Amino acid sequence: MPIFHRLKHALVILVALVAASVASFAQTADEAFTRLAADSYSDTSRAIELLVSTAHPNAALIVEALNDGRLLAGPGGVAVKTAGGGFVDAKTGVALAAAPGDVKPVRLNNAVRRAVQAALGGLGLLNPDPAKRTAAAEAVFKSRDAGLLPIVEAAIGKETNPRALAALRQAQAAILIAKPDTQPLDRFAAIEVLRDRADQDALATLRALPGDATPALKEAQAKAITAIEGRLKLWAAAQNLWYGLSLGSVLLLAAIGLAITFGVMGVINMAHGEMVMLGAYTTFVVQELIRTNAPWLFDWSLAIALPAAFVVAGAVGIAIERGVIRFLYGRPLETLLATWGISLILQQAVRTAFGPTNREVGAPSFMSGAFELGGLAITYNRLWIIVFAGLVFAALLAILKLTPMGLQMRAVTQNRRMASAMGIRTGRIDALTFGLGSGVAGLAGVALSQIDNVSPNLGQSYIIDSFMVVVFGGVGNLWGTLVGAMTLGVANKLLEPYAGAVLGKIALLVCIILFIQKRPRGLFALKGRAVEA
Amino acid sequence: MNAPVPGALTSSLLYLDGVSVTFDGFKAIRGLSLTIEPGEMRAIIGPNGAGKTTMMDIITGKTKPDVGTVMFGGSVDLTKLDEAAIANLGIGRKFQKPTVFDSHTIEDNILLALKSKRTVGRTLFWKTEDPQQKRIDDILGIIRLADRRDRLAGLLSHGQKQWLEIGMLLAQDPKLLLVDEPAAGMTDGETAQTAVLLKEIARDHSVIVVEHDMGFIRELGVKVTVLHEGAVLAEGPLDHVSANERVVEVYLGR
Amino acid sequence: MITRFLLQNMDKRGGVFLAILLGLALLVPLSNLLLPASSPFHVPTSTMSLWGKYLCYALLAVSLDLVWGYCGILSLGHGAFFALGGYAMGLYLMRQIGSRGVYGNPILPDFMVFLNWQELPWYWWGFSSFPFAMLMVLAVPGLLAFVFGWFAFRSRVTGVYLSIITQALTYALLLAFFRNDMGFGGNNGLTDFKDILGFNIQAQATRAALFSMTCVMLAAGFLIARGIVVSKLGKVVIAIRDAEPRTRFLGYRVDRFKLFVFTVSACMAGVAGALYVPQVGIINPSEFAPANSIETVIWVAVGGRGSLVGAALGAVVVNWAKTLFTSGFMAPYWLFALGGLFVVVTLFLPKGILGTAEALWARRGKPDNAPAAEPAPAE
Repeated sequence: MPIFHRLKHALVILVALVAASVASFAQTADEAFTRLAADSYSDTSRAIELLVSTAHPNAALIVEALNDGRLLAGPGGVAVKTAGGGFVDAKTGVALAAAPGDVKPVRLNNAVRRAVQAALGGLGLLNPDPAKRTAAAEAVFKSRDAGLLPIVEAAIGKETNPRALAALRQAQAAILIAKPDTQPLDRFAAIEVLRDRADQDALATLRALPGDATPALKEAQAKAITAIEGRLKLWAAAQNLWYGLSLGSVLLLAAIGLAITFGVMGVINMAHGEMVMLGAYTTFVVQELIRTNAPWLFDWSLAIALPAAFVVAGAVGIAIERGVIRFLYGRPLETLLATWGISLILQQAVRTAFGPTNREVGAPSFMSGAFELGGLAITYNRLWIIVFAGLVFAALLAILKLTPMGLQMRAVTQNRRMASAMGIRTGRIDALTFGLGSGVAGLAGVALSQIDNVSPNLGQSYIIDSFMVVVFGGVGNLWGTLVGAMTLGVANKLLEPYAGAVLGKIALLVCIILFIQKRPRGLFALKGRAVEA
Repeated sequence: MNAPVPGALTSSLLYLDGVSVTFDGFKAIRGLSLTIEPGEMRAIIGPNGAGKTTMMDIITGKTKPDVGTVMFGGSVDLTKLDEAAIANLGIGRKFQKPTVFDSHTIEDNILLALKSKRTVGRTLFWKTEDPQQKRIDDILGIIRLADRRDRLAGLLSHGQKQWLEIGMLLAQDPKLLLVDEPAAGMTDGETAQTAVLLKEIARDHSVIVVEHDMGFIRELGVKVTVLHEGAVLAEGPLDHVSANERVVEVYLGR
Repeated sequence: MITRFLLQNMDKRGGVFLAILLGLALLVPLSNLLLPASSPFHVPTSTMSLWGKYLCYALLAVSLDLVWGYCGILSLGHGAFFALGGYAMGLYLMRQIGSRGVYGNPILPDFMVFLNWQELPWYWWGFSSFPFAMLMVLAVPGLLAFVFGWFAFRSRVTGVYLSIITQALTYALLLAFFRNDMGFGGNNGLTDFKDILGFNIQAQATRAALFSMTCVMLAAGFLIARGIVVSKLGKVVIAIRDAEPRTRFLGYRVDRFKLFVFTVSACMAGVAGALYVPQVGIINPSEFAPANSIETVIWVAVGGRGSLVGAALGAVVVNWAKTLFTSGFMAPYWLFALGGLFVVVTLFLPKGILGTAEALWARRGKPDNAPAAEPAPAE
């Protein structure tokens, strides 16, 4: 800010202070109390203005009381009824033994209420808590109440907290932009401040520039608006990207178990979605148990649900593999039908046990809430799910690449007879692999219980998407699944603003259908003789 | 070595030159060149992984080569065609593992292979005319399955399936037959009969036989090409080839 | 030539099936219309409509069996062709309402008036004509199948992959038809029909005629499908099912054969849908649900994949059981039964009830060890 502006501001503050403290303070304050006692709406409004602009020591007390209907006024004086039921003299702040005679509550209408709100905002600027001061400055920024300019500028002079100071400067700029009699130079400075703020509110404030401003100002305004809009677009794109990554991680969680059962084993499990559903219901049950038995454990409920869901879904998966699927190896279409039948049975079983309606799964404290990162709004549950998906992915990759079980799994998939000849118990490995895939689906269910409705149909809504992810990414390749999930998630969210949620999804499905025809084995596919055999 | 002589392109039935194909970094075929004359029968031998099956895949359009020329009848570029088009040009293929249509009768297997227009409309309103029926009967006689014509092909023994497949090749009446290990899994008697059958076929067809069984190849008595690591190692009569030091080295690992 | 094509090599089972269908087409409507309600041989209108619905499903099952049983294409999207045929019929029936709708608009259906539409969308044009609508019943599913199959079969998408993308296809259509701005009634679909060809759709005689028509169309569908599978083309198609690469090396353009069968099958499914809609009185997007298409697959599997009569039989048996189940106290357990059916049939009855019964019969007929693993017979 140019130096003379500071000087000018200092001057203004000085004048205001001098004026307030020396000459007119007593008089204007007295006038305020007389006006309050008059009990007319316009007088009350004026009185509030006077109290604020003179920064009367009791202003906050009075205005708050007025807001709550605890301000009593009349020929007998002006008094505040405290929350505890006592009475205080409004002018001096001295406690009174009883209510003065001949007073009644000061009435409010909408105009007065607006004045009260504005005043409260202004008075908050003097609050000892910097966070409250910042919030108050934000409120002033939105109201652009010219009457608050002096108090804002006074507050700027005293402010030491950088965040509060920035908020105050923006509030000042907002008022200066809108005020009809602001000097052009001040307005230039204000436009600059607003351009740096660069959000939707800044845009609205910039547009409040009066129509009679000079052409140069208007040009600066237009430039600032374009700059802000550009940045906003960038942030919106980033936000969509974030949503896309979040959806992608959900898809990854839902699909990664499938990448094992379908991708590694070649078993097409239409009941995979139901494994996810079982995981979600396990979470529900765990939380219910904790609620009734050990409420203090609630924040740990998800951590407890994770192994439980893995075991439940994994065990069901192993049962399915041993009971049905192993008789159908080499007959993928029959496997598809049989597992579809199993999915119907599991859905109905859950419906019978838990009822057809949605079940409430609570969020532990670390999963709730949100924070802002630049122009991004990030909710904690989405953030944790992305982290969780990453961890699950890494763990699976490690299991497949580094453990003896992973080695045996890969051996069995590549050459069952050879593996068997080398002493690997292929049936056991099949069951364990399928159990692993199903257990991971159960883990996904724990995560999804935080963002989706826990109902018997939970799995159904993910099964087609999961298959799309696996097929798109390329069968038998975990990295492909990762890329596939993220691509589909991001593409879905980037398409949404243009095509709407449903059309975007349809467009994506059509794209995948076309893509599969172009590359029937997905993005990351092996080629050569062995694959075709 | 063994580069086709100039002029071979126009006179030969099949002409491969400088063909290479790579699967994920593995060079299955490297600079393979080969010519087959009309009416010629050629035996191809080579250790496992020499590229015999891949070569067949290239000729029949299942695999596309990365580089190289594959010409049929002097003018048709096979790399630009798919399997069905190549089959209709007159190249028939018998697989290593006998593949017949298990849920069709033996006669229907031959009928499906019988040379005819392969369009949807023709097959939908197909009626087997007398000469065609006679041809089917003849082939059934040649492959000695005439009395079992109504049995399902899935119920045949391994050797019978091999013959049925050869019968299907005969019905296709191709200009060039690719035969992959016709004697695999056969008894000695069956092997000898198969050799006779192939020689009979070679009278009016060009044939490429891929085989491991040296006795069988000796029985055929034809020119032999030895493949090794995707290229031609030696070419000539069997006695000449088996005297070649490098061939011995490759086969016996000396 | 057509007769020869349709009747060549007619076997006993097919003949019995046709005779039963034609008998039903004649006797049921007669009994419904002529016999008094007190007669033991009287078929109530509700029963007749219910069985009409089963027979529509039977036609759908026959169409699916043509592609799955004979060509090995497991379509999990045949419900989409059925629903498209149904919508084509629904469009016609909606246009017949005329100004008798709630809002009395002579051109626009009620839901369009409700959505403040000003004029009929172009794709509704022509549907007031019955012949045009019937053409669309065939053309819309056929065209979709042709375009989809053209892409899918040319690029050699097979097996499970194909199944999954057919499922994605019907899922995409489900989402699309749920949208109000598609102009097909959104969530509620098309309903409140009044007339068909000038006859009151609720009238007993109309219902009887629709039932007969369904029997006749099922018979026709069966004859066409049978004609296809016993022709040489049918042999090629079975060859494709059993050994696709081998068929290709014999010089058959596999994609074209698949495309032909798939398109014919889709048209047949469309006809089934078109007959279904006037008999149940409504068509809505839920017909596109992937679950419906998979259920159709189980009808075929139950009846006997690779046998046209079996497929039709399976559709009727499963749906009859479903009605029985869901109308009683067992209703909540229907999904258990259906799910169990999927598992049991795939594990223990790979040839369905008809195929299994036949195998048992054959074993009783000739006690000498008949080949146990005889592949599915081609009718």
